[in-house]
Amino acid sequence: MKLEMKDQPGQLVAALQPISAVGGNIIAVIHQRETLAATEVLDVQIVLELPEEGSLPKLLELLREQGVSVVRIGEQRLLYECTLITIGHLMHTDLSDTVDRIDTTGSAEVTDLSLAMPAINSPSSARITIRSTTRAEMKKAVQILRNVAEQKDLLIIEPLEGI
Amino acid sequence: MRIAILGFGSVGRGIARAILAKNLDITVTGLADSKGGVIDPAGIDLAAALDRKGNGGPCGSPDVTPSDVVAKAEYDVLVEVTPTDVDDGEPALGYIRAALGRSKHVVTSNKGPIALAYPELRDLAVANGVFLRYEATVCGAIPLIHAMQEGLAGNTISRLYGVFNGTCNYILTRMAEDSLTYEQALAEARELGYAEADPTYDVEGIDAAIKLVILANTILDMRTTLDDVERTGITLLTPEALRLAEDQDCTIRLIGEVVPEAGVLRVSPRIVSKAHPLVVEGTLNAVTVGTDLAGDLTFIGKGAGSTETASAVIGDLLYIRDRHVQGS
Repeated sequence: MKLEMKDQPGQLVAALQPISAVGGNIIAVIHQRETLAATEVLDVQIVLELPEEGSLPKLLELLREQGVSVVRIGEQRLLYECTLITIGHLMHTDLSDTVDRIDTTGSAEVTDLSLAMPAINSPSSARITIRSTTRAEMKKAVQILRNVAEQKDLLIIEPLEGI
Repeated sequence: MRIAILGFGSVGRGIARAILAKNLDITVTGLADSKGGVIDPAGIDLAAALDRKGNGGPCGSPDVTPSDVVAKAEYDVLVEVTPTDVDDGEPALGYIRAALGRSKHVVTSNKGPIALAYPELRDLAVANGVFLRYEATVCGAIPLIHAMQEGLAGNTISRLYGVFNGTCNYILTRMAEDSLTYEQALAEARELGYAEADPTYDVEGIDAAIKLVILANTILDMRTTLDDVERTGITLLTPEALRLAEDQDCTIRLIGEVVPEAGVLRVSPRIVSKAHPLVVEGTLNAVTVGTDLAGDLTFIGKGAGSTETASAVIGDLLYIRDRHVQGS
């Protein structure tokens, strides 16, 4: 988000404090003093991660109370990405149902799918990219995929890191 | 130092050759395999025994059994390198018990007894004031157990994971390199002597799983069995799956993983970035140990082979000699 605050000592801390108050994680603070701006206002950009979707309104309210105005918010909802490979009779076991089971969670989505089908009746392979709002949601989505794989007799190859 | 060797296959002969080639101050007073044995307190002629075996004969007299060697030979350390049995650990387990019961140190490369009965054997060794060492049971030449017990003493190990089976690593390397099917890569591995006629033990991840059980039970104070390991082999992998991984600068490796705190114990094919230190080629093994004080350490080396496994056994023998055995 892009914030506007008074160019006075203590103002940056005042702007950052509410973020930790709502359990957010600050990823980057970009703080540029524009030489031409003769104003007493300072522009700050903050990249942060919030624990849940509901924390944003609360954060905005706390910032307003501190006298910090939020100029712009760019939101990326699905921050976490994980790529898995699955092998088996993917079409015969209804691939779109497999994808739906993750999409219907609301907090994780299949955002990319590459499919290789070498021959009729031989197992196909697919690379599935899932994006999710939080790490916990990713764990859930992967668990859903594991359960589906067991039901449909598919092999799931998980990444070594990142779940 | 006097030793008795049980088992005169690839590992036993590798040990004999190393003793002949290097001045290790080791005298072999007993030697036996399933076909015959020799007991000689003055020292067995290893070159002659290797010749007999090389000509297809027994290593010694058919009247001398491994049990005779364990019970009657005069030795400080029993080197137990007979073929492994993962169901009951026998007959190796009986030999090890008998030697420890005679207050003899034991060095083994045999996974079965260590995976199945380590707590009991360790207690027996302690009760008799002797060492039980088993470096060669996991990842051949890589001194992983020494490293974790000695070099990393005081660290808490949070995760231990890696490539524990050279046969699978070879097959996956070849599938990725030349788009071979699993069957083609397996046939090639067989031709080169990397895979057994019945490859089940390797390709279904059983070998890797036993190594995890050994590390979990002996280093991480867990009490696990082979059945506790969640296990998926590599038999269903397709060249297309490897290509899909490749498209993202990744590959697929059979990874064994233990996370003590989370109770994770599993062997499964995993997607790994090609830049990851665990991505080794051919029959190599590679293991990463995650620790609190030392950070992550990755060990890479040959996981099998006659000389390489002998290296681990000899390391254990000299460890015991330097700490315990008086005279020779």
